[in-house]
Amino acid sequence: MVDGSRLITESLARAGADAYIGYPITPASLIYTYASRRFPAILPAPDEITALQWMAGLAAAGKLPVSATAFPGLALMTESVNMAVMMELPMVIVLVQRLGPSTGTATAGAQDDLRFLYGMISGGYPVPVFCIADIDDCWSLPPVALQTAVDLRTPVVLLTSKEVVMTERSFDMNRLGEVHPVSRSTYEGTAPYRPYEAEQGGAPPFLPIGDGAHQVRMTASTHDRDGLLRHSTGEALANSRRLLTKVRTGTPPLYHLEEAENPAALIVTYGITSGAAREAVRMLRADGVEVSLLVARTLIPVPRDYYRILDRTMERELPVVFAEQNLQAQFAAMLFGERLPEGVRFVGDIGHMVTPDAIVREVRG
Amino acid sequence: MSEFLINPDFPYCKGCGHHQVARNTVRALEMLDRRPLDVVLLTDIGCHGIVGRNFATHTVHGLHGRSVALGGGIAMALPRDKDVVVFIGDGGATIGLQHLLEAARLNVNVTVVIHNNMLYGMTGGQPSGLTPHGFRTVIAREGSPYPHHDICQLVHKAGAPYARRVLGLGDFSDVLAEALAVEGFALVEVLELCTSHALKMNPDLRLRQLAEEVGYEPGIWRGEERAPFRLRDEQPRASLVAPEQVRETNVRFGSALEGRFSLVLGGSAGEGAQRAAELLVEAAMASGLHATKKGSYPVTVGVGFSTAEVILSREPILYHGIAEPDAVVITSDDGLAHNRERIAAMTAGRVWIDESLQPPETKAEVWFRDFRGRAGPRNAAIYSLLTLVGETEMIGSEALIEVIRESSIAQYVPDRLLDGVKAT
Repeated sequence: MVDGSRLITESLARAGADAYIGYPITPASLIYTYASRRFPAILPAPDEITALQWMAGLAAAGKLPVSATAFPGLALMTESVNMAVMMELPMVIVLVQRLGPSTGTATAGAQDDLRFLYGMISGGYPVPVFCIADIDDCWSLPPVALQTAVDLRTPVVLLTSKEVVMTERSFDMNRLGEVHPVSRSTYEGTAPYRPYEAEQGGAPPFLPIGDGAHQVRMTASTHDRDGLLRHSTGEALANSRRLLTKVRTGTPPLYHLEEAENPAALIVTYGITSGAAREAVRMLRADGVEVSLLVARTLIPVPRDYYRILDRTMERELPVVFAEQNLQAQFAAMLFGERLPEGVRFVGDIGHMVTPDAIVREVRG
Repeated sequence: MSEFLINPDFPYCKGCGHHQVARNTVRALEMLDRRPLDVVLLTDIGCHGIVGRNFATHTVHGLHGRSVALGGGIAMALPRDKDVVVFIGDGGATIGLQHLLEAARLNVNVTVVIHNNMLYGMTGGQPSGLTPHGFRTVIAREGSPYPHHDICQLVHKAGAPYARRVLGLGDFSDVLAEALAVEGFALVEVLELCTSHALKMNPDLRLRQLAEEVGYEPGIWRGEERAPFRLRDEQPRASLVAPEQVRETNVRFGSALEGRFSLVLGGSAGEGAQRAAELLVEAAMASGLHATKKGSYPVTVGVGFSTAEVILSREPILYHGIAEPDAVVITSDDGLAHNRERIAAMTAGRVWIDESLQPPETKAEVWFRDFRGRAGPRNAAIYSLLTLVGETEMIGSEALIEVIRESSIAQYVPDRLLDGVKAT
């Protein structure tokens, strides 16, 4: 038997994460425990603000840090995540969702935090969010998260749920593919290093703070290409705009799409509800009802593909059913706003996983 | 001009003590023969925060109060020959007090220089936690009614090897050099008066006199010298998915189960419900089935309910929730209380329950068994599953018995329980 925490931790370590910065919180603590046995270095932080600041410091010095937390911890980290976005520091935060609001029920799973993640950065700048849909993703997505963090020089959230990280299951270990360390590079030019000079709207080349040949400047405030604080110069604002474009254009769009030839509906889901959705698809097919299924793995920034898939469905006036374990249709609202278009339905729940039966009922209308 | 500076004109008001901090820091670095690129200067939020642009060192400008933690993260990862200097104000020091205490406790290799002008100068002169009693500010015009924190003593008590308070007048570069030479955490609190706000509200104030009157005397607090806290680069650790970590299960039994069977086991914390469920899963896997198991319990450990949800299936399990269980097994009052609603909602299926307990009205079949009486609290959970397996034949009893005998709990489970099940 394995649980998701074990695979996530091992995969992160194999992919080259240098340090795990821990602050215990249910239901993320199992990852902390595994990391203490597996990571090259482990740092027990006294609180989540310190955890994120230590991570930022380590990242600035060239390390690749990881932490895992739940919403209350993320809430404390948030100002520092904003800082890491502005300084362009790579790191991965595994966010294990549990039932809110507030301390809610720490030992109950949920899909409560997408809306928060969507607005986490002042100005609406995106932090890439990848979401684990099943046990196999616990192995395959951590390296993607790390590589994206390195390539785009940004914090990345690996979103999951108590139901993934703490549920044990029979698992064929032969399914685990090879995990390669992420590739990293540093500035090798001879000209003075300009820490925020980037080509074509991407991420700038990295040099660690403390470099022996070039001065390196980093700042959380609006800054120019040299990393110097500027009020609102054109160069500084262009740098801030680049933070948006680099994530929008550089985040890999990961999803699973099963398109039926003549579907009765499209089911859209992510994370822990993916299993119920797949089971619902199986049940409907067994009854002769064909449906299409979109399991989103990249949630932020929203891949343009999702709109193309949705448009294809809605142009044919077929229903779209969003299935999420929350009450607000958080993913659907992210795509469409608070007022869902006609034909877009939602099935959700709190405190319990969304059931296949509930999805089937919604598809059948 | 010093090689540590790009621009010697610091961006401060005329007469501000921040000038002295910047100048003396440069002198101290020169005294120690440091190279600019061997120094990382962090600045916090406050008027001092914009001085980084004057320096030829590496510079980092972070969040309000967090620069000590940020600098700590940097210092942990850098080689020993790099200096990490953190400039921070009195407001930053108090909003980030935890970071100062933690850096002192761990002996993180940073040198913190607090620009203590006893108020928030950048935002209009509001009082901070380092504003002394009687000190007039824009929101306490009669003077602050509260005492100030003694930041040097706080970090000293937290384990700092070096803490020092100086008046921000003249040349105190030797003090900063001494602090920079400390291998580990060092803090220098520099007392200043804000020319824009403090002197406006306290026109007759003199720094030396104030320091004497409010207990801000210069001083030094030395602590135990310890190895600085560093990120340890350890040898690669053993894989979490190696065979010795995740035991392979050989299929050696059969199972009559065709579809999916969902089970809820409700007991009390400390009575082995979760372990019993794991052993059932292992037995099911050894019988060629797919399985999931998850636990539910209060956030407190060791008291209250402990419920395990198990799904066994011939086919791979896509959805591991249980909308309505096929079976519920209850071994204790805690387990019943937690699963009462679920039992009442059952429209079919079966409930095995300890005979001392009274289940709610339900459409499920209810079978009373003497779990606690026959097995005792410690073995009630495992015995209840032995009973379930024996009476449902979803897997063979011999599979569960063998798994129990091979497990760490074997020594606690009397043979009579295992033999009794085999007999049925």
